[in-house]
Amino acid sequence: MDPRNLLEVRNLTMRFGGIVANNDVSFDVAQGSITALIGPNGAGKTTVFNCLTGFYRASEGTIHLAGDQGCAPLEVGGLLSKPLIGGSYLVARAGIARTFQNIRLFREMSVVENLLVAQHNHLDRNLLSGALGLRRYRQAERDGIERAFHWLRVMDLEEDANRLAGELPYGRQRRLEIARAMCTGPRLVCLDEPAAGLNPREKADLAERIQHLRNEHRVTVLLIEHDMSLVMGISEHIVVLDHGEVIAAGDPQEVKNSPAVITAYLGADDDEEGAA
Amino acid sequence: MSTHASPTFIRPLREAGVTFVLALIVFGPISGLVLDGYSIEPHLGRPLLIASIVAAGRLLFGVLEQTPFGQKLLARNARKASGGVTVARGDEYKLLYFVVPLVIAIGVTLPFVANKYWLGNLILALIYVLLGLGLNIVVGLAGLLDLGFVAFYAVGAYFLALGAQYLDIGFWTALVCAPMLAACFGAVLGFPVLRMHGDYLAIVTLGFGEIIRLVLNNWLDFTGGPNGASVPAPTIFGLEFSRIAKQGGTPFHEFFGLEYSSDYKLMFTYLVLLVVVLLMVRFLTKLRQMPMGRAWEALREDEIACRSLGINHVIVKLSAFMMGAMTGGLAGVFFATYQGFVNPTSFNFFESALILAIVVLGGLGSTLGVIIAALVLTLLPEVLREFADYRVLAFGALMVLMMIWRPRGLIRPKRPHFAPEV
Amino acid sequence: MDWHILGQQLVNGLTLGSIYGLIAIGYTMVYGIIGMINFAHGDVYMISAYLTAISLAVLSAFGVESVPFAIVVTLGLTMFITGVYGWSIERVAYRPLRGSTRLAPLISAIGISLLLQNYVQVAQGARNQGIPSLIDGVFRVGNDKDFVQMTHVQLLIVIASFGAMAGLTWLIQRTSLGRQCRATQQDRHMAEILGINTDRIISTVFVIGAAMAAIAGTLVTLNYGSFDFFVGFVTGIKAFTAAVLGGIGSLPGAMLGGILLGLFESLFSGFVNTDYKDVFSFSVLVLVLIFRPSGLLGRPEVEKV
Ligand SMILES: Nc1ncnc2c1ncn2[C@@H]1O[C@H](COP(=O)(O)OP(=O)(O)O)[C@@H](O)[C@H]1O
Ligand SMILES: [Mg+2]
Repeated sequence: MDPRNLLEVRNLTMRFGGIVANNDVSFDVAQGSITALIGPNGAGKTTVFNCLTGFYRASEGTIHLAGDQGCAPLEVGGLLSKPLIGGSYLVARAGIARTFQNIRLFREMSVVENLLVAQHNHLDRNLLSGALGLRRYRQAERDGIERAFHWLRVMDLEEDANRLAGELPYGRQRRLEIARAMCTGPRLVCLDEPAAGLNPREKADLAERIQHLRNEHRVTVLLIEHDMSLVMGISEHIVVLDHGEVIAAGDPQEVKNSPAVITAYLGADDDEEGAA
Repeated sequence: MSTHASPTFIRPLREAGVTFVLALIVFGPISGLVLDGYSIEPHLGRPLLIASIVAAGRLLFGVLEQTPFGQKLLARNARKASGGVTVARGDEYKLLYFVVPLVIAIGVTLPFVANKYWLGNLILALIYVLLGLGLNIVVGLAGLLDLGFVAFYAVGAYFLALGAQYLDIGFWTALVCAPMLAACFGAVLGFPVLRMHGDYLAIVTLGFGEIIRLVLNNWLDFTGGPNGASVPAPTIFGLEFSRIAKQGGTPFHEFFGLEYSSDYKLMFTYLVLLVVVLLMVRFLTKLRQMPMGRAWEALREDEIACRSLGINHVIVKLSAFMMGAMTGGLAGVFFATYQGFVNPTSFNFFESALILAIVVLGGLGSTLGVIIAALVLTLLPEVLREFADYRVLAFGALMVLMMIWRPRGLIRPKRPHFAPEV
Repeated sequence: MDWHILGQQLVNGLTLGSIYGLIAIGYTMVYGIIGMINFAHGDVYMISAYLTAISLAVLSAFGVESVPFAIVVTLGLTMFITGVYGWSIERVAYRPLRGSTRLAPLISAIGISLLLQNYVQVAQGARNQGIPSLIDGVFRVGNDKDFVQMTHVQLLIVIASFGAMAGLTWLIQRTSLGRQCRATQQDRHMAEILGINTDRIISTVFVIGAAMAAIAGTLVTLNYGSFDFFVGFVTGIKAFTAAVLGGIGSLPGAMLGGILLGLFESLFSGFVNTDYKDVFSFSVLVLVLIFRPSGLLGRPEVEKV
């Protein structure tokens, strides 16, 4: 692996029966970058995310995540196929967090609880020390609550702390999902259409927050987004998918001028996609 | 729609008519023509009565739907059914400081005032509270449907009975070991099934409950088969609660120079059980705010999201399943001690159904609700003895109605309140 | 090994398996279309056994002598009434719960199951019921001591099951209703958009499942002649096992799974132990779930994220 990269996807192919959702997809995500994955609906972007985060087992190809603090790189497929204990949760533990295109919050739990669940692996899970209220346990819980409120402040959700997640307005639910992903302490956070359904002001606000996450909190961002101005504005690297294949990759300027992208994607549907 | 128009009776009447005919078809043969050997004994009035009641209900509903009052009623219910869960404000627990000691005081004094019959019922009721709390962890918190909960109850009860017979185990040893054994059973059964998604757990546990009963019934040499096995009286500091000491100690009444009475054993069982239940309640209240309890509820809400947060869903589900099994095993030890004897008929499917009814009525996840439901569902039938035949019928109807009207139960748990440290 | 015992157990297994297959159809179709285990299905089968006995008794009370006529009328009546049961159960207990929590329809189904069992127990009494044996006659191969036999009822069971299965396959594969069923199974939302009344299709599936269970109920009653209000419980679990073994959601799978399970179970009780045959069938369920959750003919499920 190139030490400048956090993630390397090589020859990723994903088939569902006869449907080929991803075909020979390769791209890199550099350490500390904001990388965007764009493409028309049905291009296979979410499927790439599902492979990265271990929800799907890729039919072919490899996904390598750089090791933490000098450790050897991890292969996502390998984490899934570990006997007995393998599973997508190991990918999350390795440092990839995500949000979902259709928001998946714990709707009947409070906002803070959503964030505490995300810290499950950092808290004291021992039932005995919890039942006896040991100091170690209480300290871990206090730290967890502090961290939860920290991320609520970052995402400007503090006044909603003690509301049910399901009753928040849509835009706030999106932000809460990002806060929840950040609570796992990830190195790479994958955002699946975080601006979908937001109004222009909320979108601008979101763009700022994503940059803030990267600049202040040192997390690498991989994002799927349809809003071209948002994507062009904040990302350093763009990968364009169409019909499951990478048709262009590069910085915003290169992608904007790529003939393949113009015909396949930006061309006739530019306005429509931008406004959606 | 028709909020201001006067209600029309034509549509409801037609619907009620259709309902009447359907109800006649459904209830007619089974309730109207009773098999008597190879011939038939007609009871034609019964299906007519049932169908009329059903149709009348449908008519009433149809008319009510059209009146403003009825619409308000329905709308309110719909709203409650969808949400209903709220977050605590963080200051409503003051009342508990009075209520909890009061309840404990009543609980402790009850055995000294109740007669033997009611003391027995109280013990049974508390056993069901324990069972309800255990199943509530599995169904209410973790959202896993366990239809063979009674199997773990049986494991606990038989552990004491057979352990005493073969290994010379006593009440206190069983109290510690039986829950562990039940948890092991839970792990062995749960691990393979919990690894896949879908509702297979429900049917596998349903089968498992039946299997345990079959094995207890058929393994004559080991379990005593349908005749069951006897259970030794409990001891306290080596003093036995029996007329003559069988386990080499002194009987309780002789030591204190009292007249022998089986009440002592019941009182003892009750008091130990009460302590266990209180500890359990305390533990469960804490658990809902502990990482494990939160993870269970999160898993019930959305398993995929949990996995994306690095939660090992299999282990978390398994821990809930094992905790439930443990509680079931614990309850089994008390049941065996109380009865002094166990046999397979105590552990049939209807027992599982009763426990599930307790959890459903109590409100999937609410500790207080489950306690109240357990007390009501076990003590009420004692009062209404003449309706004993209809008990299971009522439980079935109750489950369906609760799922339609109040899927979160009668008492809805509040979410805990959190504040940052300043 | 005694070959005649083996032969006899195979015949018995085939009969038993056809029954499991018929009941499994109800589980598999309902699971395929709304993704829930219909726990009340075993009890619908139990109801149909009672309806069979009642119908036969009524017919004989009216002086009907012809056995084939009585059986045909009984089968028709039982299928109709049981079908109404299937329809009503879906309408009352499952339809209001669409879009509710995942657990709600399962609990509701258990409620209906308890309700049916207790209703029959209260209405008909808890005692074992029975009918006289109506069809005698056997086909027999072998000498007087060692022989393999198949009674006419057993043959009827196998023929009727395969007939019903063939009819149902034709219905699903060739008719417009069948096409709508398959479309709804694939994607309920999309089917709805295309103008299919999916509520009606779901109801239809419940009716079909119940009617198939009714055929099974009638045939079993003719064969064994004895039943009580609890027969639906264990038979239901086994039929579900058959559905999982064949691949849940697959119609041919249900029949295949049923026959395999019937054969396994017969062989087990013939050569190993009769008392534990239910334990054995249940172990089959767990083993299949562990090693091949998609069954023999089912497609592996990909979860939607
Ligand atoms: N679980 C699945 N089973 C079958 N097909 C799928 C599945 N997930 C995605 N697909 C197919 O893969 C293609 C790409 O989908 P997706 O990745 O969601 O696109 P995008 O996110 O770019 O809009 C679509 O044709 C979709 O139908
Ligand atoms: Mg997508």
